[in-house]
Order: sequence, then structure tokens, then C-alpha cells
Amino acid sequence: MYDILTNIFGNQIVAYIIGAALPLFVWILPFVLFAVLGERKVSAHMQDRLGPMRVGYHGILQTVADLLKLLQKEDIVTPAADRKLFNLAPYIVFLGSYAAFAAIPFSSIYIGSGIEVGIFYILAVSSFVVVGILMGGWASDNKYSLLGAMRSAAQIVSYEIPTAIVVLTLVMLTGTLNLNTISQQQTAYFWNWNILGGAAGSGITQILLIPFMVIAFVILFISTLAEVNRTPFDIPEAESELVAGFHTEYSGMKFAMFFLSEYANMFAVSAIVVTLFFGGYQSPFGYLGNSLGIPWLIPVEQLFWFLAKGVFFVFVQMWLRWTLPRLRVDQLMTVCWKYLIPYAVFNLLIVGIISLL
Amino acid sequence: METKTLKTEELILNMGPQHPSTHGVLRLELELEGELIVNVKPHIGYLHRCFEKHAEAMTYPQVVPYTDRMDYLASMSNNLGYAIAVERLMGIKVPERVEYIRVIMAELQRIASHLVALGTYGVDIGAFTPFLYCFRDREKILSLFEMTCGARLLYNYIWVGGLSHDIHPDFVRLTKEFVEYFRPKIVELNELLSFNKIFIERTANIGILPLDTAINYGVTGPMLRASGLKWDLRKNDPYSIYDRFDFDIPVGEGEKGTVGDSWDRYFVRVQEMEQSLRIVEQAIDQIPEGNVHEAVPKRVKPPKGSIYSRVENPKGELGFFIISDGSVNPFRMKVRGPSFVNLSVLNEISKGHLVADLIAILGSTDIVLGEVDR
Repeated sequence: MYDILTNIFGNQIVAYIIGAALPLFVWILPFVLFAVLGERKVSAHMQDRLGPMRVGYHGILQTVADLLKLLQKEDIVTPAADRKLFNLAPYIVFLGSYAAFAAIPFSSIYIGSGIEVGIFYILAVSSFVVVGILMGGWASDNKYSLLGAMRSAAQIVSYEIPTAIVVLTLVMLTGTLNLNTISQQQTAYFWNWNILGGAAGSGITQILLIPFMVIAFVILFISTLAEVNRTPFDIPEAESELVAGFHTEYSGMKFAMFFLSEYANMFAVSAIVVTLFFGGYQSPFGYLGNSLGIPWLIPVEQLFWFLAKGVFFVFVQMWLRWTLPRLRVDQLMTVCWKYLIPYAVFNLLIVGIISLL
Repeated sequence: METKTLKTEELILNMGPQHPSTHGVLRLELELEGELIVNVKPHIGYLHRCFEKHAEAMTYPQVVPYTDRMDYLASMSNNLGYAIAVERLMGIKVPERVEYIRVIMAELQRIASHLVALGTYGVDIGAFTPFLYCFRDREKILSLFEMTCGARLLYNYIWVGGLSHDIHPDFVRLTKEFVEYFRPKIVELNELLSFNKIFIERTANIGILPLDTAINYGVTGPMLRASGLKWDLRKNDPYSIYDRFDFDIPVGEGEKGTVGDSWDRYFVRVQEMEQSLRIVEQAIDQIPEGNVHEAVPKRVKPPKGSIYSRVENPKGELGFFIISDGSVNPFRMKVRGPSFVNLSVLNEISKGHLVADLIAILGSTDIVLGEVDR
């Protein structure tokens, strides 16, 4: 990808800077604008309402209007707040979720960094979010924020374990940490996807693997939901208890940064689920570019499939949010430590045995 | 060497009066140990409007709009309670038509009030969607009320000796339609919220209110019934024409946990809505002809004396104690608000629970601050 950009801009450094900024401006910002509206529309239609209808056709410009409003808002810092940490926190949170995009393969030619330890890198940088949340919660000098931040830290750290175990299962099967390679392995038709045991090749092992891959997928999806603080795990910002949790005291653009990273995170975790289980950028059917004989169409199609799958899982997250109540903080820990982790470990063992067959 | 233990202190958390889950302007002072509740101190009075003192300066009919503003989610029931108290004091017999309309209104109001309680309870637990479903259905009841008396929240409809307006010609048909419409919606609510695994996890065995504690604190209404006592003034101390209708009193059975837990309190309300539908269904077919203004006295001037009259409001026993000195103004009026009494048990049942449970417990007591503070 960087070769193309270097060709266009003539300078390698400029090309890298632009390459790093591309996902932000080409995908994350438009996605967040779209997803915030999408969330409101999805919730509205689930609740027998219309949602925003005034700004633009069926309210499509509502988020833009909201963003403009947030830009104009006064930036309030509570007097007793630790100013440095308070100001830094939203950016660290955003950094954590944005950095994850670097290793996500959007398409076979578009990947920020094709590092060999891609999935490991994503797991590592997304933990950065915890630091930002703790910072924000502590620096706000608000008891609700502090409680929210503590819960959040406990939750995210706990749920990283089942995530990591499921990722380990996949790594064991595919033999690589590189997300691009994992995507490439799942090429050609949907029965090669990992959710259908694609990584094991073919034959009886593949069929044996299917139920365990489904279990692994469910565990991964639940724990990623918890990592991005979505219902039923939205305890850190449980509005009915903690007002707005760790970002209670934030206003204006700093609040918008938290919001932005929440939605960016939603897509990032969906992207991981898609890459690990649902073929990544691979089309479930053949490629139009192949049959028409237009090679450059293939990466574009791949981009489309990747985004479509990612957006679908974001939709599932919204769907769950507007259907389920919230777990209590101790029940959340119970789910993680008593159910998800043992199941994930057990699943790992079984998958290991099956792959040896 | 001596090891020093780290000094810990209790965290005082001030919840409200501006807080999304205190159901109005209630302020709770929480003493926490980590997230465990050691003590809850409710601070009330943010919505105090001196209703009882005001009433002394008003004539009897002028008090009716003030009663609207106590439990503003159940204005009809408040009107009814007050009207019955004054009628008993004066010995007025109201026409049959008025009695039937009053019962229908009170039961529709009970459904509307319970819908708010159940919906907001869902929000407290984190489920937002049932809340809007409940409000959608409540909207239909409010439309019926609006059609009848022009108001949607504060009706001033049930007057001493009668009603402010007769019902609209379409009212009977639309009410029957509503009953038909609403029955399946209760099933929908049960599927979406009541029997949701997470919801049960959050509410069952939380905030258990034993029956003796409930009686000692004077708790009434769905809260008392959830603790297992079949006590409903509509049956136990019948007023108006409730003795003519066939309905059951749902009580808490501890189906998902222990008798008297938050889930029982929630589910008793769901079942009460069904019973209210039954009453409305029976009453709507029997409304006799008549003039609703027939028994409205020209001048409300009760004889010297006093009366305590109580009715079963959606939230519990609403009692009016009125002392009359024979003039057009009440000499003294005292209201026994169910929300106020039910709130008093909060500290007792929430000790040792988590902050998140406190929200669940407070939501299940279903208070309206307008009535707590009056």
C-alpha cells in the first residue's frame, strides 16, 4: 500500500503519514457519524419511534449537527480536577482504539501495518483504553467517575483473558499471528471461514471443529462486548447508577473524543471477530473481478465485504444493547471468571486435540 | 516489626436530587464500603408544596386540583380518594353512573401508573426498550382521559358528588378496544423483560422485604402484597362499587427468588394490570344512564366532625384525614401518602447490597416524589 502512496506523493515520509491518517478520515470519522445515527435509528425503530427526522432527509445530518454543537460547547474542567490527566485522558482512550486499526487488514492491499504479530499487537494496544479511562475517572474528582473507572478497569482487564484464550485457539489452528495471513487462509467461499472450521483444511476434522468454533466465536463476541463497554456489560457508564460513569465530568469535544473512541472500538472489535472467524476481507462467494477479468476490482470488493461484515456485527451490538438489561458488577465478573474462561480453556484443549487428529 | 493495617474509611456518596434514577428529586445519602451499602439516608422535601396547609385556605372543591399534584402519575385515583372522603363526611350518595365511571377511570389510571413503574424499572436495570413500549401503551390511556376531561396528566375530573364531565360517546368503544389491544402487550412485556434471564438475575433475591417488616413499617400496596399478604382495600375495606366486580389480588410467591424480593414487587404490578383490565371489562358494559352532576352539591359544607377515608391507590393506601369545623374550608387535612410510607423502608431492605442493587430496590418501591413531599 505504501508503495502506491509513495508513488503518488513522491516522498516516503509523507506517504507514511498519510497512510496512518487514512483510516481516521476515510473510515473512522464517517463510520462514527454513520454509526451514531445508525444507533439512534436502530433503537428508534426497535422502540416504535422514528428517531431523528428533522435534520436532512430522515435526519441523516443529525450527527453532523450534534458534532457542530459539541464543537461550540464550553470546555468545562472541574476546579478540583487534575488538569493534566483530565485533558490527556480522552486522547489516550482514543489512541488505544485508533492504534488498533493499524493492524486490521481492510483489504488484501490495504493494511496499515502487516506486522507479523498483528493480533497480539491489537490485544496489547487496546488495553491502553483502560489507562485513559482510569485517568479520566481519577482526574475528574467525582465519586461517580471514580467508581465507573474502577469498574471499567476491572471489567476490561478481566475480559481480556477469555479474548486472549480464544485468540490463542485461532492462532493454534492457523499457525500465525498475522491477521493478513489469517484472512488469506480463509479465501475462496464461505465454507473456508474459520467459523466453519476452515483453518483445519477439509474432511472430518473440519466438521468436528464446527461446534467448537461456534463456541469460540460466542465467547469472543461476548468478551469483546464487555471490552467495549456495551450492554449488557455497560456497567462502567451505567447511567441509572453512575450518571455517565468515567466521563461524567467531560463536556464538549473531550466528551466527543470518548464517544468517538467508543464507536471506533465497536468497529475495531467487530473487525477482529470478522477477521478471525468470518473470513476477514474474503468474499463469501467468488469475486466479480475474477469473472469479469478486472484484477483491480478485487481489492475494492474485499474492502466492501470487510466493511459490510464489520458493520453487521456493529449492528448486532446495537441490537443487543436495545434488548437486554444490564448485568450487575459482580455478576459480570462471575460470567467472566466462572463461565467464559473455563469454557474458553476447555474449548482450547478440545480444538487442540481435534487439530492433532 | 509491627505491620500497620491500611486505614479505610466509608465513602459517602450523594445520590440526587439530580440523578437519573432517583425518580424525581429524591436525595439519597449513601454510606458505602467499596460498593457495599452500609446505610441509606433519604433526604426528602425538595418538592414540598405545603398541600395540607394550603387545603385549609381552600374550599372543599378547590382542593381537588391540589390532590392531582400529589401522585401525579395517578391523579384520578387521588381525586377519587379525596372525593370519597368528603362525600362520606357529608353523607352524599352519588349516582350509579358516576360510580361506574369512577371505577373505570381509577382502574385505567392504575394500569397507566403501573406502566410507568414497570417501564422506568426497566430503565433502572438497563433495558431501555420496554420503557418506551410501556409509554406507548400508557399514551392510549392518556388519550382516553384527554377525550373525557381534556387533560392528560392532572385531570381534576372526579369532583365531590360527581364528575366534571360526562364521558365522551366514543369512550366505551375505545376503552373496549384498548382492553383488547392491551392484553397481548402484557405478554409482550413479560417476554421482553419479566422473564429475561438478566432481569431476573438483577432483581430476584434483591431487597427482600419480609412480611413482618413490611407491616411494622406500614408498607401498603403492591409492595405489601409482594411480601405475601393479600391486603387490598378494594376487597378488604370496599369503597365505591368494587364489591360488585370479580377480580383477584395477586401476591408475591417468590417464583424466581424469595417472597418479597424486587422481582416479586415488579411482577405483582404486572399481574395487577391484568386484574384491572378485568374490572374495566366488567364495568364498561354495565354503565347505567344518568346525570353525573345530579349529586354535586351547590355548596360543599360538611357538618362538624372528622373522617379518615382510604382508598387503594396504584402505589398503596392513600388516606385522607379531614377535620371539618362546619365551614366551607377544611379545618385540618392530613394525607397518608403511600409513597412516603413505602420509601421509609428503603434503608431496612437495601443494607448490604451493592449500589446497583439500591437502584433496583428503589425502582421496585415505585415512589412518586410529588406524593412523598406533597
